[in-house]
Amino acid sequence: MKRQDTPYGITALFESPDQIIHAAEEVVRKGFTRFDVNTPYPVHGMDGAMKLKPSRVGFFALAFGLLGAISSVGFMTWVTLVDYPLVIGGKPCWSWPAFVPVAFEITVLLASVLSVLSMIVVYFKFPNVSHPLHDTDYMKRVSSDRFGICIQADDPHFDEAQVRQLLKGVGGEEIRPVFFEEEEPAGAPKLFDPRFLGVLLLTAVATAGITYFSFNVVLYWEPFSWMSEQARLNAQEPSSLFPNGVGMRPPVKGTVARGFVPYAFAGRPEDAGKYLRNPLLPTEDVVQRGRKRYLTFCSPCHGNFGQGNSRLQGQFPNPPTLHSDKVRDWPDGNVYHVITEGQNVMPGYGSQISREDRWAIIHYIRVLQRAHNAKESDLK
Amino acid sequence: MSSAAVDYTQEAPVVEGQPAASAIEAVIAAPLDEFPSRTWWIAFAVTSTMLGVGAFCILVTVGWGLGVWGINQPVAWGFDIVNFVFWVGIGHAGTLISAILFLLRQRWRTGIARFAEAMTIFAVMCAGLFPLLHTGRPWLPLYLTPYLSQHGIWVNFTSPLLWDVFAVSTYLTVSAVFWYLGLIPDLATLRDRTQSTTKKTVYSVLSLGWRHSNRHWQHFERAYLILAGFATPLVLSVHTIVSFDFAVSVIPGWHTTIFPPYFVAGAVFSGFAMVQNVLIFVRQAFKLKHIITLDHLEKMNKVMILTGSMVGYAYAMEFFIAWYSGNQFETFVFLNRALGPYAWAYWIMVTCNVIFPQLFWFRRVRRSIPLMFAIGVFVNVGMWFERFVIVVTSLHRDFLPSSWGYYVPSLYDVGILIGSFGLFFTLILVFVRVLPVVSISEVKAVLPGGQPSRH
Repeated sequence: MKRQDTPYGITALFESPDQIIHAAEEVVRKGFTRFDVNTPYPVHGMDGAMKLKPSRVGFFALAFGLLGAISSVGFMTWVTLVDYPLVIGGKPCWSWPAFVPVAFEITVLLASVLSVLSMIVVYFKFPNVSHPLHDTDYMKRVSSDRFGICIQADDPHFDEAQVRQLLKGVGGEEIRPVFFEEEEPAGAPKLFDPRFLGVLLLTAVATAGITYFSFNVVLYWEPFSWMSEQARLNAQEPSSLFPNGVGMRPPVKGTVARGFVPYAFAGRPEDAGKYLRNPLLPTEDVVQRGRKRYLTFCSPCHGNFGQGNSRLQGQFPNPPTLHSDKVRDWPDGNVYHVITEGQNVMPGYGSQISREDRWAIIHYIRVLQRAHNAKESDLK
Repeated sequence: MSSAAVDYTQEAPVVEGQPAASAIEAVIAAPLDEFPSRTWWIAFAVTSTMLGVGAFCILVTVGWGLGVWGINQPVAWGFDIVNFVFWVGIGHAGTLISAILFLLRQRWRTGIARFAEAMTIFAVMCAGLFPLLHTGRPWLPLYLTPYLSQHGIWVNFTSPLLWDVFAVSTYLTVSAVFWYLGLIPDLATLRDRTQSTTKKTVYSVLSLGWRHSNRHWQHFERAYLILAGFATPLVLSVHTIVSFDFAVSVIPGWHTTIFPPYFVAGAVFSGFAMVQNVLIFVRQAFKLKHIITLDHLEKMNKVMILTGSMVGYAYAMEFFIAWYSGNQFETFVFLNRALGPYAWAYWIMVTCNVIFPQLFWFRRVRRSIPLMFAIGVFVNVGMWFERFVIVVTSLHRDFLPSSWGYYVPSLYDVGILIGSFGLFFTLILVFVRVLPVVSISEVKAVLPGGQPSRH
């Protein structure tokens, strides 16, 4: 590598820590600011001799520590209170004493790792392996057992002869200039350099390929597939174990599902209307529940507001409106009977909607009917 | 040096003799440039064979499932958790030496800190192996972290097992950063003294361009102090959280408030024993007897009396509380420990941890290499059995006598334990060949005449 003509600075080596402290003090006294002291280990008292301001690395640690504490507690709060509240062991969702360990660990992690990283990047401006001092005899000596001073040529007081004299006066040996290396022809790295873009593209393709391969191919290999492929029968699978060749075991005839008590008025709509009473009170909770069930089970045909105007219109005999006089005058029991057993083309929903939900739906239908034919007094 | 000549009223020199700074780096860097000796190859062959045994047992475990291990109801935590706690504990000495002794301005730590920190990292790596295998599906560790998924559900932030994941991974990361930060100046020194172009490139990259500048040393020292300040509560928290795995449960014998301090003391105890054992070989093999002096080893032995006595106190206190609490289940568990089917393990633990270290009260024992080595080995055996006693005896006879059982580890359990020792010592053997085992810059700084006379 060719070197440039202008020196980076003048270096001098010293034997002992006492000498280097003295030299640093003298250099500062002469008003130099752009100089550096290189020693194989930190020499006590050098900060004072060089008149360095106290290190501010601690503020980084404070900032990152606070960031870790606040973000971890905030995250756990959001998870346990907002995103997925889950009662564990009967304790409150926001059990803050249990958050202390994780909050502490994240605080320490961010504070230590990030403050070291920022020190390296912000204060040291590392990585930088092409400093003029690198690979010089001077560096080799201060790396081992000598103490060195380098006064830079860009210091306003720099004058080569005077600097040499100063360094000699304080006991410096091997006073030598250090030169910049000639810059590489490529110059500063460019953002849109085709080689750089090519590397980016290759990285993107490789990352995408490896990710796709791992998640869509490798995860289906043995043994990773063992969680899903087990010695058991899935629903709808055939099985030679049972005489009818069906893997699923249907319940015994006459089995009653939980919450589904057999309907007492099967085929007797009049009796249903006469004897059945809605066991639920039309509270807001019940109506909201009825609304939810109505929108799930009834609205596909009867429409969102019970007007029989759903998007199925014209495909079947039109589903009737629920605002007809007939339905409005029906007792709740008749509506319940129709929901349970069905009517004309409508199938029965007795096996799909629980009893309570059916009654809740009826309350909601009554709300719709009242809203559709509101009286003068309702509007006040 | 004869033991009678030690004068404890004078501070022993940190480095013996008057070596020059260049001689220090020459002796520390020597192993990196030499072809490994025959002894090294023999040691490497032994440890990598142990590692191979472990790798085979791990393959069988992964291929066949956890059924090849000895664990079953009622002892569902066996060797895996015992080994995990053991290895995490070994690591604690490293952080104690590098961080706590640094804050206490103990200059003798400089000779042993780098090695102890490396041991921390390797021990935590060994420790991490066991919970991962215990999950049965070691390729799915992502589920241990709070990750975004379609399930919408998160990890349980109130579970000690989750705290463990955070504590151990933070511990590993921070220890590695601490270790690397201390290595940067040494790597720069190696970069400037090596003759090989390849090594020079590697050291240049790893040292990031360090120039021994005092404008950098200033921040470096501050950052080192801050890291030591963080690592100190961190190391205490890690074994505290490991002890929460037990203490937060409601099993008699586990559910005690003494666990956190008792675990931390035990961890430091076993860790110092391990550091002492390995350093005895390192100082011999690499001619570092003037840097890792007998005085350093003696100080480590003193730490072992202290922590060993704390552990002994905890054993006694557990029995006292079992009686004093009036809780009959607690009383039963502790009587069962000392007199039940696992009494043999309990008494191995008490002998090795409480009785043998007390021999260090004698100066002759403290300064005798063969005796201290033997006691160090006993301490580690004892501390391994302590975790065995805590995990297994508390589980094998629980509230229902109908579900009592006796845990016997399978050969695969033993194989993986051997493998973890193989991994640990193989990593150490590689480490002593590729990186300086003693901090070059720190030792130079504590040499006689290394600092200005006014300060």
